[in-house]
Amino acid sequence: MTDIEPDGTVDARGATCPGPLMDLIGKIRGAESGDVIRLLSDNEQSLTDVPEWAEEAGNELLTVEERDDYNAFYVEKA
Amino acid sequence: MTEHVVIVGGGTGGTVLANDLADRLEPELDAGDVRVTLVNDDPDHVYKPVWLYVPFGQRELDDGRRRLADLVDDAIDLRIGRVSDIDTESQRLQFHGSAPSVGYDYLVLATGSTLEPDQIPGLTEDGHNYYSESGATELRDELLSFTEGDLVLSVIGTPHMCPAAPLEFVFMADDWLRERGLREDVDITYTYPIQRVHGNPHIAEWARPIMEERDIQVETFFNAESVDPETETITSMEGTELDYDLLVAIPPHRGIDLIEEAGLGDDGWVDVDKHTLEAEAAENVYALGDTADTGVPNAGSVAHYQAGVVGQRLASEIRGRPATATYDGKTLCFIETGMDAASFVEFDYENPPSPAPPSEKLHWSKLAYNESYWLTARGLL
Ligand SMILES: Cc1cc2nc3c(=O)[nH]c(=O)nc-3n(C[C@H](O)[C@H](O)[C@H](O)COP(=O)(O)OP(=O)(O)OC[C@H]3O[C@@H](n4cnc5c(N)ncnc54)[C@H](O)[C@@H]3O)c2cc1C
Repeated sequence: MTDIEPDGTVDARGATCPGPLMDLIGKIRGAESGDVIRLLSDNEQSLTDVPEWAEEAGNELLTVEERDDYNAFYVEKA
Repeated sequence: MTEHVVIVGGGTGGTVLANDLADRLEPELDAGDVRVTLVNDDPDHVYKPVWLYVPFGQRELDDGRRRLADLVDDAIDLRIGRVSDIDTESQRLQFHGSAPSVGYDYLVLATGSTLEPDQIPGLTEDGHNYYSESGATELRDELLSFTEGDLVLSVIGTPHMCPAAPLEFVFMADDWLRERGLREDVDITYTYPIQRVHGNPHIAEWARPIMEERDIQVETFFNAESVDPETETITSMEGTELDYDLLVAIPPHRGIDLIEEAGLGDDGWVDVDKHTLEAEAAENVYALGDTADTGVPNAGSVAHYQAGVVGQRLASEIRGRPATATYDGKTLCFIETGMDAASFVEFDYENPPSPAPPSEKLHWSKLAYNESYWLTARGLL
């Protein structure tokens, strides 16, 4: 369990690709530099989509937490 | 007691549903046991797929407009007005202006999508689109006199109406410019927010080689952040900057605010059970078409199929029988690949799309569908 306190959370559980990534991008668009956004996704594809996009956009994927039936991604806006 | 069904939104989904119910519930409507009201904020019904052809000078806006009163069965009460508040506790709708409120026993939301270009600084000043009537005519005026330079089509955010339409636009522009001997003087660039050219991997895989063949440049992972009309550049959140002479953008979309205010879902889309189309957060409320958050494309064909499902479910409920009809995710789409060729896809929740080889016959099928659409809206097809 991480002790990172996110500034915002996007719950994209149940959404199919590219929903979770687009929801994360939408939230980061409105966030301030340095804010941490948490994305909850049960879509397998997010495990590759999110790190690839974070790298491309220069944002930092701080950690990915595995929960029972979904993952929580913590992304810090550059 | 009379049961009152109120449908908000007289676009594709709402109109098909109203006519479906007029047919399905004819005995109950005749007997006065059921009343169906269709509410729309415009006396006209608008068929948006026509807008794709307007910038190329091939269709006029009027080709996509008809009086709702001429399309909707006389057994339906048609009410022109804009709903301003949905109270799902007291099952009542308020209207803008001084119009009296209306109660419902069953509510169906079919309010479609709203464009929000203002989310991206500079986009309203210098970006064009064919996703609205004014956008399509302004783009036509620009495109008809565009003979050289950088044409950029940028898909800003998803979901948006008709996921195939951005691909169609660049394929048509490429072909149209070639036919006019201008293609060598125009660079076409297509941008998409994720790592491929379309949300659906099967359609993306099919489209990418066609883009390469046609020399359409591609920028993926491009989430437009701002447009600078002074320098004619568009910049992405990922730090890429593109020059343009003509910018065509698919603006950010959302549903309507009152859905969020009524606690029915985020960003104006209604959270629904993707099979029954029943709202998650309220009783006796359905949503269909673009506004229903099912994860399938925002397409007229989807709205059409979903209207049939909601029609069957409502008729069952009104007759006191268990509602068994469900939506399986069926989506059907023609994709123009040039000025006289098109492909076709059909898919659902279980079966992925497999685009058909482009042909002239499919192009004519798309145009024929556009003409026969008015029969679909009337509930005849
Ligand atoms: C350029 C373009 C090309 C397209 N091509 C295709 C295609 O080839 N095939 C395809 O299947 N789909 C296509 N689509 C998508 C299709 O047009 C939409 O998905 C479809 O119209 C959705 O139907 P709907 O009933 O959900 O919403 P709409 O048809 O948009 O209708 C919504 C209605 O609700 C009304 N409304 C909204 N808010 C209120 C309110 N508060 N009170 C009262 N009334 C309200 C609106 O005025 C409107 O009449 C295209 C769209 C565009 C823009």
